[in-house]
Amino acid sequence: MAKKKMNFEEYLKELEQSVETLESGSASLEEMLKVYEKGIEASKKCREILEKAKQKITICESKK
Amino acid sequence: MSSNQAVTVSQLNSYIKATFEQDINLRNLYVCGEISNFKRHSPSGHLYFSLKDSKSLVRAVMFAGQAKNIQFDIKDGMNVVVFGRVSCYEASGQYQIYVEKIQPDGIGSVYLAFEQLKTKLMEEGLFDLELKKPIPRYPRKLGVVTSRTGAVIHDIKTVSAKRYPLCEIVLYPTEVQGEKAENEIVNAIEYFNQKSDVDVIIVGRGGGSIEDLWAFNKESVARAIAASRIPIISAVGHETDFTICDFVADVRAATPSAAAEIALPDAGNIKTMIDDRVNRCDILIQSIISDYTHILQASLDDLHLCGIEAQIDLNLVKVKNLRDRLKQLCSMRFNDCHHRYEVFERQLRLCSEESILRRGFSRIISDDNKSVEYENIKDNMKVRVKMSGGIFECILTNVKKDGETDNGKEKDEF
Repeated sequence: MAKKKMNFEEYLKELEQSVETLESGSASLEEMLKVYEKGIEASKKCREILEKAKQKITICESKK
Repeated sequence: MSSNQAVTVSQLNSYIKATFEQDINLRNLYVCGEISNFKRHSPSGHLYFSLKDSKSLVRAVMFAGQAKNIQFDIKDGMNVVVFGRVSCYEASGQYQIYVEKIQPDGIGSVYLAFEQLKTKLMEEGLFDLELKKPIPRYPRKLGVVTSRTGAVIHDIKTVSAKRYPLCEIVLYPTEVQGEKAENEIVNAIEYFNQKSDVDVIIVGRGGGSIEDLWAFNKESVARAIAASRIPIISAVGHETDFTICDFVADVRAATPSAAAEIALPDAGNIKTMIDDRVNRCDILIQSIISDYTHILQASLDDLHLCGIEAQIDLNLVKVKNLRDRLKQLCSMRFNDCHHRYEVFERQLRLCSEESILRRGFSRIISDDNKSVEYENIKDNMKVRVKMSGGIFECILTNVKKDGETDNGKEKDEF
């Protein structure tokens, strides 16, 4: 299953959820390791998006 | 005239006061006129003056509590609009306007219209806090309604580039003063709501006079802002300017930079938060692994306590002993076999040709190394004789077969 490309806010949320899951201690060791990996991946994507961001400005031309 | 129909002066004045106060038209009243006989009473701080027009005059008082809010100098001859109620001071029988608010009338009608619209919309509930929408945390697109050039768009660009360049800025340029401004601003807000996918809107303009800001006090603009499903931040004029937009918007910002700061998150903070979260993950996963390691170690310790290791050692010793014994037995058996082999070998060797030859016997063989059969020997037959030391040839003479002698005598038997 190909990974869906998420937007910044979604990656941030995934990082947040990873922390929560790790804190809850509710999963097995293998699952925890997967969650950790996912969280780190999400954090990398967030940093990447922020670093690469270039301001984009659009001007609407209204029909007068 | 009859004296028992007469009322006292106090009764009369009291009645008159009550009449004034019951009249709904004499409450929440705006009156415009020119100031005259202005006096500020100290130490109380109350203001006493008259309001007049070309034909008439009315007394007025403004108590210190409200007077302290006045932001301009009141002078005789000035045209003003006052807001208050009309009542009667019983002791003097003097009716006067009890002024709560006062504004210069240079902008009198304008100010009036503003206040009236503000009241009307407030009563309709357009300013209610419950209607105010939250600003999204991570907007992907920010719509801006302001002039094409000018401080507002410039400041918004500057702040957003530094703070959160991730968000795309969509500018819908409009007039921000003059006749066309009102419609253009309304169109802009409707455009963003219907045809665009911005997450938040900033509506604003730079500072100016009350006339300059007037478009942002228009009812149509206010209603467009109220009807917007997208949250709107209002940034009109200077810090101290308040327009109707400011009241009906979801958030009011004192400056365009402040508006951008409200609309956009701080990338610096986000990076810190990400780092913090990553640290937390690291600590947590280490802790989890450590926990499991402890559990494992505890289990191993338990195992050890069962004496498993000791048992294993014991068995290892057993195995070693058995192996040694096996080796030993094999060795003995081997020696035994070897010994027997040697015996047989010796015996065999005694039977060997070499042994026999060495005992002094000789072997007679033919050319092809086969033993010569007795039946086959003849005189003058060449044979080979093998002795212990070697082989030589000889020719047989005087061959005598069994029973025959040299001279036909019988041979002695051995």
